[in-house]
Amino acid sequence: MNNLTVEAIELTRLYGGREAVSNVSFSVKQGEVLGFLGPNGAGKSTTMKMLTGNLAPSAGSVKICGIDMIENPKEAKALIGYLPEMRPLYKELTVDEYLTIAARLHRVSGKHIKKAVENAKERCGLMHMSKRLIENLSNGYQQRVGIAQAIIHSPMVVILDEPTVGLDPIQIRDIRALIREIGGAHSVILSTHILPEVEMVCDHVQIIDKGKLVFNGGIDVLKRQRVGNKLLIGFSKAPAVEELLKINGVTEAEVTDNNMMRVRFAEAEAPHEAIVQASVKNGWGLYQIAPDQTSLEDVFVQLTYQDAAAEAA
Amino acid sequence: MILNIARKELKSVFASPMGWIILALLMFAFGTYYLNGVNDYFEVMSGAIRPAERSGVTQFVGQVVYGLASFIMLFAVPLLSMRLISEERRNQTLPFLFSAPLSLTEIVLGKFIGLVAFLSILIVYIALMLSTLNIWSDIDFGYILANSLGLFLLVASFSSLGLYFSSLTSQPVVAAILSFIALFALMILDRFFSGDPSSTMAKLSLMNHFQSFAGGLIDTADIAYFVLFTATFLILTIRRLDADRLRG
Repeated sequence: MNNLTVEAIELTRLYGGREAVSNVSFSVKQGEVLGFLGPNGAGKSTTMKMLTGNLAPSAGSVKICGIDMIENPKEAKALIGYLPEMRPLYKELTVDEYLTIAARLHRVSGKHIKKAVENAKERCGLMHMSKRLIENLSNGYQQRVGIAQAIIHSPMVVILDEPTVGLDPIQIRDIRALIREIGGAHSVILSTHILPEVEMVCDHVQIIDKGKLVFNGGIDVLKRQRVGNKLLIGFSKAPAVEELLKINGVTEAEVTDNNMMRVRFAEAEAPHEAIVQASVKNGWGLYQIAPDQTSLEDVFVQLTYQDAAAEAA
Repeated sequence: MILNIARKELKSVFASPMGWIILALLMFAFGTYYLNGVNDYFEVMSGAIRPAERSGVTQFVGQVVYGLASFIMLFAVPLLSMRLISEERRNQTLPFLFSAPLSLTEIVLGKFIGLVAFLSILIVYIALMLSTLNIWSDIDFGYILANSLGLFLLVASFSSLGLYFSSLTSQPVVAAILSFIALFALMILDRFFSGDPSSTMAKLSLMNHFQSFAGGLIDTADIAYFVLFTATFLILTIRRLDADRLRG
């Protein structure tokens, strides 16, 4: 109970009568990386703004390490590092100047500022950019400065709103490693709409849709949802569906749009080899067999659907 | 914390040539008027034979320079104050300040102090420039002190009003135009009501209250006016930013 770093209790935010976020409750433990998923306009950014005290919730409360954001905003904010969707960079300053100001405003004591700036630059790979004006940096490097700014005072909670937007694949990999590293000692909340990213870095996932939390659980639950017990198989001389259903373990089979077969099999069964052998024996001309992965949209639809079904039941 | 924000503001002003250019141009203008004032003094005084017609060099030159300074500030302050908040709004950098462990009061006061500190460089410089007259004559330091204090209070009032208008919009130019119009109206208010000496409206005029300082008189009523004026607009600014947080 003591190591809860973020507690959001029944957060609600109204925009002119419309609920942008309604009744969202969750908590994050120390050393946990929480992924925040959702389509555009689902209320991800609004929730993050409320967590960081940039926006007052219409109802509900936020506690950072037990400190209430509304009652003691200064103490609570000191424990947070926040990178909003739009990078808050002063472009007329150099990287060093900007990070020094960030450190100072986040109450890093005078003699530690230099070390904090060096440390943040090193972790975000900005060492050779110290004297450059932020204005002249590329999009990806500006993003790194934004992340450096959020971790400079080694906060208990780091909140990143779509941190990997605009980065190249190598930078994305670095940033993901960095997020994992921060997540080791502190807590991270990040929002994204890239599912693989969530799978790679998060321990915990939340899906929000139209202001409501529709899924809240461990990453393994989501992974199971995503991979599923499905195979996508390509035959050059495709057999009839009934032929496939005869194979041990196969529960369902269908022909997809592009002349592949999608086969669903029972939990704890592995009919892969049996299918291959059947194909060789009957000359179906197997040329491809792979686990069928569901896309984010599918998982998302599935989850929202399940939720609605559960409610109806 | 307040000072850290003030430092950040000063750094932003001096990070571009803008800050330096404004300082240089204004000092050039003040220097020219100072020089003309000294020249005119000798011309006028050589014609003034009776002692009653003569006035001190401090007052003669000071009047010219401080008169110009109060007029120029009317243009300079809106141009400098316009970017304080509206530019942060436009560049979406306000969350940087809002999510730091700072109260809104600290943010607003820090920005205000940063701007006033920048303008105080000019006030100190004018005072130093006039003090150089002391090399050739015996000047009235009290007069310079009263004028510097008056100019400082005037600039602080201008800045707080500029800061408020800057918090209303995300377009710096709109903020500049609005604060210029508001300041100009407040400056010339006493002209409209000059016929009626007991008019309350005339009492609201900024210029009206600056006049006593310009004459070398430090009046607590005028100090109170400027302090209240400044405080009012600073509080309005804080409330405006708080509304951002509440309404989103």
